[in-house]
Parts: sequence; structure tokens; C-alpha cells
Amino acid sequence: MSAIDPITRDLWQVIAATEEIPVGVVETTLLLDTRLALTRDRDGNPVVWLRSDEEQGDEIDPESILDRLPVLTGYGYIWTSLGNPPKELFPIPEYAESDRVNMSCGSIGIHVSAPRAVENFLDMGHFPYVHTDILGSEPHTEVKEYDVEVSEERDEVLATRCKFIQPRAAKSATEPMEVEYVYRVPHPFCSVLYKSCPEDEGRRDVIAIFLQPMTKERCRAHLLQSMIDSTSTITDLRRFQQTIFGQDKPILENQFPKRLPLDPRSETPIRADKSAIAYRRWLSQKGITYGTIPVAS
Amino acid sequence: MAITLYDFELSGNCYKLRLLMNILGLPFDIVPVDFFPGRQHKADWFLRMNPFGQLPVLKDDGLTLSDSGAILAYLAKTYDTTGQWFPDAPAITAEVLRWHVVADDITASSSAARLALGYGYDFDIPKVQKQAHRIFRLMDEHLWFGEREGRDWLCSPAHPTTADIACFPYVMLSEEGGIGREDYPALRRWTDRVRRIPGFTVMSGIFPAGRALQTA
Repeated sequence: MSAIDPITRDLWQVIAATEEIPVGVVETTLLLDTRLALTRDRDGNPVVWLRSDEEQGDEIDPESILDRLPVLTGYGYIWTSLGNPPKELFPIPEYAESDRVNMSCGSIGIHVSAPRAVENFLDMGHFPYVHTDILGSEPHTEVKEYDVEVSEERDEVLATRCKFIQPRAAKSATEPMEVEYVYRVPHPFCSVLYKSCPEDEGRRDVIAIFLQPMTKERCRAHLLQSMIDSTSTITDLRRFQQTIFGQDKPILENQFPKRLPLDPRSETPIRADKSAIAYRRWLSQKGITYGTIPVAS
Repeated sequence: MAITLYDFELSGNCYKLRLLMNILGLPFDIVPVDFFPGRQHKADWFLRMNPFGQLPVLKDDGLTLSDSGAILAYLAKTYDTTGQWFPDAPAITAEVLRWHVVADDITASSSAARLALGYGYDFDIPKVQKQAHRIFRLMDEHLWFGEREGRDWLCSPAHPTTADIACFPYVMLSEEGGIGREDYPALRRWTDRVRRIPGFTVMSGIFPAGRALQTA
């Protein structure tokens, strides 16, 4: 009676920030309705397995865990899979640039499906109303025409030329600026955003959201920032991102239905939703049913 | 010397102090504390200020203070020239302190549910949700009867007090803990009134109220 579609089952799924998992101590979580336990071994490498009677905080010898799930460390996070995952995770090449400040910004549970959270991340229309005086402000509410494509080669949704006037685009911003965004959706439950960097005109800050689908209607958002910022502390940068996410949270949790409808007729999009339309179509074509309401066949 | 608040943006208890200081027009500096995921409130440098390892901490005039309710009282008694926010009359002081304790109970229930669902804390979710509903039911009745008597606030004076500030944040954030407020209309009307206090400011997760209906 598997309710997990085969595409979702074979994906790498994020489950925790690597640094937050102690060595030799059990942490527990939920992925695709499946109870997982995880820890790290003496070398710091993550070990993930199907949870039986382990409790959070139990001490454990990682060597004693023989039946392990696939595991991979990427972008400061631990990823696992319930199926047969691809060899590698999607690329974020900027993460390796030596002068960037990379950080996790917390893993926050939200009562909505993972695809709904991805779609909210792609939306610019809500900036002036939800992130007032930070990412937008009235009367600058227009979402200008932008481009969306599905890259066949990389199998990802790409939105470019997204422009918006922002009062305080980043922690390092000192005055309002028109910001240019590029959005990638390289994984059905992950999105990567590139935005003009206030400190260096030639480069872009990278903010990513990795969603851990816990159930069909609940997920955990793992936030990554990879910034060009020579003055702010990690605490400052985390605070900025958490402030934004804390504003999104109640809005997301009030979306109905909590699963994302993929039938184009089920909700009425506007021009600003172009990226959401492409994302829904892409999910539909892939056959992702977990956390969605598929088109009735 | 300026007031310094050791603060976490998503903490309702820290927000209580930002809110009162904003209403009183008090300038203050913020030192961000990485409560989540960094757990800096358990770090040595923080424990030296507050051995209980809890936010917020406020420094003023050589004093280091902790506990949001205690700090609300301190700020009101020191800086509120109207004397309204923490009134001196013994009977009113007792009322305010009574509601400060309710505020702590709201933290132990509504905030605990939010920490469990959003931030991975290990609390008995159904139990704390039930406790929050019990408190909200009592508050709703208290406020409903208050409205009948012409009382808009938790305590008897004709103006808000620190009791209203102390109880407000984790009532407003309850939905993040899976605690709906549909069944508490008088409680909801009170949250609208709090949001219309001059000098009101928001935190992440709490949005401003619209204007009140003008009645002729």
C-alpha cells in the first residue's frame, strides 16, 4: 500500500543540518511517513537507518548499525533516500567559492506540503504584503514580466529576469534597490534563489530552501544561505533569513488545500504565477503525487 | 547608557519587551542571540548573564535583568511617566501580576506546542494544546464579560497594562502550535485592540490589524 510515488522514493531527501547532529547520539525524524533515526560516527559521517525502538538522545555505537539507508552530505545538510537515489545531488557550484559565508539557518516545521512551500518560495507577488518594508513595499507591487523555462538538459525549472524593488534586499543592504532574481527548482522539493548582492554588483547571493516531506501535509524547511557579506555575523545573517521565513509561515499554514493541486483548472493563476504554473506542470509530468493532488485521469 | 536587549526575533517573550519599549517610545539596542539553531542561550557567555539560560535578557543602567514579565514591570515602573502600564494601586498591581502568571502558563502551553511542531522540541503536543485551549476558554469568558461591563482589557483600568502585553504574543502565535482561535471571539477582539494600541509594532508571524470600524 505504498503511497509514495516511485520518483519521490528514489530522490535524495534532506533530513538534518549536519552540524546539529551529535556524534554517537540518536536523533529522530520523519521522512515520507517513515520514522528515521540518525547519528554521526567518530569521523563525523552521518549514519541513517529505519527507526525501531530508539529514542531521541539515546547513546549509540554507530558501528552497531548494519542496516543503513543511503546517505550523502551536501550543502551542510544530511540527505538520505528510501529508494535508489542518483549518484549525485543537484549542483550549487557557488557553495564552493572560498569567500562565501555558508550557513544553515535552522530547520523549521511547517504544516503544509513540501510543494506548497516550494511554490511560495518562487512567488514574488506577496513581497510587499507579507515582507513589508524588507522585500517589498507599497506602491511597488507589480511583478514585471519574467522568463520561465524547463531545462531539459538539467531537468530543472528556471525563472530568470525577475525584478523587484526592495527596501532592504539583504542584511548588507543600506538603501532600496531594484533586485534581480533567478530561481532554480533543481529537485521537486528544493529551490535555489540567486539575487543581486548589495555588496558586490558582479555577484549574487544564494539562498536555498530544501524541504523535507514528513507527511503529505507537513514538511520541514531547511534553509541555506551562501552569501557575499564581509561585515555581518552568522547570527545576524540567520536572523535576517528567519525573520523573512517567520513571516511566510502563518501564510503558508493557512493555504488550503495543504497539498498542491496540479490540475491547471483547480486554481486561477495570474501572470505573476508563471513560475508556479511551470513548476506544477513539471511535477505533473514527472508523476510526483506525494504532497500533491494529481490531475484526475 | 542605552538599554540593550538580548533578543531572538522569533521569540514571543523577547517581542513582549520590544513591543512595550516601542509603545513607550524608548530607544534600545538589540544584541541578536542565535537561540535556534545555534542554542546560544545555553552558551557560557549567555549563562553568565542568566544562569537559567532563557531569553530575554535586558541590560540597563548597570543592571542585568531576565524574565520577560519582570522586565515589563521594571520598564513600566522606570520609564512610563503616565503610571498606567504597571499601576501602583495595590489591588491593580495584584491583578496585573496575576495575569503575568497566566502569561507564563500560555508560554508553557501555546509556545511549547509551537516549539514542538516548528522547532523540534520534545513536548507532549496534545497535552500542551489542551492546556492552551483551557486557558483561552477562561480568557475568552473573562474578556466577554468584560466587554459587557465596558472593560476592554485584561485588568480593570480603562487602559491596557503590562498584563495585556505579556499575554498577547503566544495567543497570537497559537496557530503555529496547531491551536486555533475560532472558538474564542472575545479573545480575538482583544487581540485586535492590542494591535491598535498607539506605538504597536509587529514581530515575524504577527501581522498588523486593520483600522477599527468608526462608530458615529
